[in-house]
Amino acid sequence: MSTVSTRRKPPRVGDAPLFRRSLIGIVFVLVAFVILAPLVIIGVEAFSKGWQLYRDTVVHPDTLHAVMLTVLAALIAVPINTVFGIAAAWAITKFDFRGKRFLLVVIEIPFSVSPIVAGVAYLFVYGLQGLFGPWLDAHDIKILFAVPGIIIASMFVTAPFVARELIPLMQAQGRDLEEASTSLGASGWRTFFSVTLPNVKWALLYGVILCNARVMGEFGAVSVVSGNIRGQTNTLPLHIELLYHDYNATGAFAAASILALIAVFTIIAKVALERQGAGRVSKTENPAEKTS
Amino acid sequence: MKIHLENVVKTFESFQAVKGVSLDIESGELVALLGPSGSGKTTILRMVAGLEYADGGAIHFGDQDATDIPVRDRGVGFVFQHYALFPHMTVADNIAFGMKVSKVKRDRSAIESRVSDLLRLVRLEGLGDRFPAQISGGQRQRVALARALSVDPKVLLLDEPFGALDANVRRDLRRWLREIHSELGITTLFVTHDQEEALDLADRVVILKDGQIVQQGTPEEVCRDPKSAFVMKFLGDANVIAAQVRDGRAYVGGLSVEAAGVADGRGELYARPSDIDWSDEGPGIAATISRVLDRADGRRVLATTGAGEALEFDVEPERVVKAGEQGFVTLRRAKVFAV
Amino acid sequence: MRRRNVLPGLPLSLGVTLFYVGLIVVLPLAALAFKAASLGFEDYWRIVSSSRSMASYRVTVLSALGATTFNLFFGLALAWVITRYRFPGRRIVDAVVDLPFALPTAVAGIALTALFANSGWFGSVLEGFGIKVAYTPIGIMIAMCFTSLPFIVRTVQPVLEDLDPALEEAAQSLGGSDWTIFRKVILPLLAPALLAGVSLSFARCLGEFGAIIFIAGNQPMSTEITALLIFIRLEEYDYQAAAAIASVLLLAAFFMLAVTNWLQARALRYTVKG
Repeated sequence: MSTVSTRRKPPRVGDAPLFRRSLIGIVFVLVAFVILAPLVIIGVEAFSKGWQLYRDTVVHPDTLHAVMLTVLAALIAVPINTVFGIAAAWAITKFDFRGKRFLLVVIEIPFSVSPIVAGVAYLFVYGLQGLFGPWLDAHDIKILFAVPGIIIASMFVTAPFVARELIPLMQAQGRDLEEASTSLGASGWRTFFSVTLPNVKWALLYGVILCNARVMGEFGAVSVVSGNIRGQTNTLPLHIELLYHDYNATGAFAAASILALIAVFTIIAKVALERQGAGRVSKTENPAEKTS
Repeated sequence: MKIHLENVVKTFESFQAVKGVSLDIESGELVALLGPSGSGKTTILRMVAGLEYADGGAIHFGDQDATDIPVRDRGVGFVFQHYALFPHMTVADNIAFGMKVSKVKRDRSAIESRVSDLLRLVRLEGLGDRFPAQISGGQRQRVALARALSVDPKVLLLDEPFGALDANVRRDLRRWLREIHSELGITTLFVTHDQEEALDLADRVVILKDGQIVQQGTPEEVCRDPKSAFVMKFLGDANVIAAQVRDGRAYVGGLSVEAAGVADGRGELYARPSDIDWSDEGPGIAATISRVLDRADGRRVLATTGAGEALEFDVEPERVVKAGEQGFVTLRRAKVFAV
Repeated sequence: MRRRNVLPGLPLSLGVTLFYVGLIVVLPLAALAFKAASLGFEDYWRIVSSSRSMASYRVTVLSALGATTFNLFFGLALAWVITRYRFPGRRIVDAVVDLPFALPTAVAGIALTALFANSGWFGSVLEGFGIKVAYTPIGIMIAMCFTSLPFIVRTVQPVLEDLDPALEEAAQSLGGSDWTIFRKVILPLLAPALLAGVSLSFARCLGEFGAIIFIAGNQPMSTEITALLIFIRLEEYDYQAAAAIASVLLLAAFFMLAVTNWLQARALRYTVKG
């Protein structure tokens, strides 16, 4: 795979030097302008009025509260979605049942549905004009325009993340290992923890990290159900919008820089996990096949 | 442990994979399930293991009805086609797994000494610390066997045990599996599509086609007395020559062959390449040599009969034959089946 | 007929899955559909076909088409460069492709606005050419481009990696030029993945909200996307209108989901063994 050996190979399609160089050049320029420039400007704008103002924004009680709320949402939504993702992957890949393909499509729905639509949908379940709204109101339970609503909306948006990393991998691995374990007398839980989990751990972590990034960054769905109460129901992305519309652009960018940093860490973690083989199912990653 | 299958049926979606199979396997016997792909042999094996449940019929282990016993409690050792070794565990951990998860608690030293016994049995001493990806295919096969034996199974089941290996390793392992079987005396059932493997290894061969048993018996019985054209063809190369059957004899060219029990009318005559003799003069079936193939163990001749049937047979390597030569074929042995 | 499973855990895992999907995904969407349906056809039609709604669909769909077309070429070029060439910085390019997924949409929104505002790095240059991006439909398009770029790259990339080199070699040995081989051999094999990426990307553009509202001028009839119109109706406490317009976006999402699944099933035709 080194450059030395490629030089010796006869050219493949698209290897003409001029074409190759121009295409790489174009891609570099576009990546710089379209993808990297937004990241850079966040840093530039955040510090445009100096370190002091940056610090003031970040340690401001409203910002800290938004950070806490964002972390809280992630701490609740991510584990629940992880359990769901594992259960869904186990059911779908280890068994055959009627309606399996349909279930797979339903699990993927949140990827295609606009977050705004999701937010509105939740209004009609838990809001005053919704299914359970009047009952919840009568019992003085607040879900919408409060923290539970934010968490539930985040759960909708990120529901498929873990499942969709695990399902293709567990599908490719087949059922041989679990059958072998069971034939040797292991219980279901034992089989899962000793045999299945060690072989999907990187994919699981990968899904969890992507899920976490999305929960922390979710904006549309959360902005519908949060009520935007400063210092109470503002997550970090909502807090950014609030600062921005208060004509405090520098403050908004300072808050945004925290999320941008999380995004960068997410990508670093993602690359590290991909080196462990997560994120992509190829024929060689089937461990049952690997040993054959 | 004696195994008894009674009219076992299995259907997948709308495909009937096993259509009422009854089979007895004596205690300590080594039996091969032989058949082409789609014949239901693997499904039968998996039902005996409890990896599939029969839709109908019953499976008995000794006096016990095992039909509904889940695989975990059935007490079988199963060797998977692709071995299904746990890739994240060492060879020793793979072998120890069954003992660790067992309801019978063993202390660590007992497990360790059993693992090293098994490693010695499968001749892999010193490889216990390797991971499955670090050993060869033949070694993995032996680890899979050791793992299956670790739980002291009543029955050993192997799914295409040598399918993924190359020819030389296959032959060695075959001999070795036979040795292990005589040493342990465990009732063993294995699946293969390779007739040579089945005949070399098994005490008894069960031949399957389309989910049903077509014939069973010792290698000698099935080889010497195939009951159908399918078995004849499946067990080895066979030349097919059209013949006329009259009063228990089949006639073709100037020859006649015994065909007891075959109805009068059109019949087919099956002869192995080694059962055909070539001579320059009649009587016999006239044929023309089209090609001569030289092989390490003899000389194979391809010829065409006057009726246009392709024949293959062997001649002594010293015998001079050439393409284009005409002559006559006589049959030392042949089987006749109605068309 | 006895039907039982060999491996344990189906009731528990399927139970958890159905309960969760039912509660978190199906229930709210059903509630939304129910609310929209309770409007009665005439009211519903009046809301979803009002001139302001129609204008919002128009700007949303047109911008999404523009953004997806751009990403089709850029995404394919990116996937090609990452998988086929070895050059310094390749791994970094590969990694940053995911940035639009990892970066929260609101953050992307304010960053793009800062770049393309009249005084911004790109905005000030483009203004010299008389091009205004921020607060125009072009801004909407750029925000959509940014957030949906990874879809096409990440669906095409694995197919391109797994492409059997022998296919091109065969075509080369038969005397095909690079361009011919690309068009006749490589592109048809990539097409299902490319189309699946396009439909995913388009669906994402239709529903995008956070990245757009900052850079779009949000002027009714010209730069107001459908998702924003729903939001505005909510803020006006006009829940019926919000439900009706949201149901249109929901239907569009289901349609795109169906298209994507169909395309992916087609893509599998080549790989699934008979």
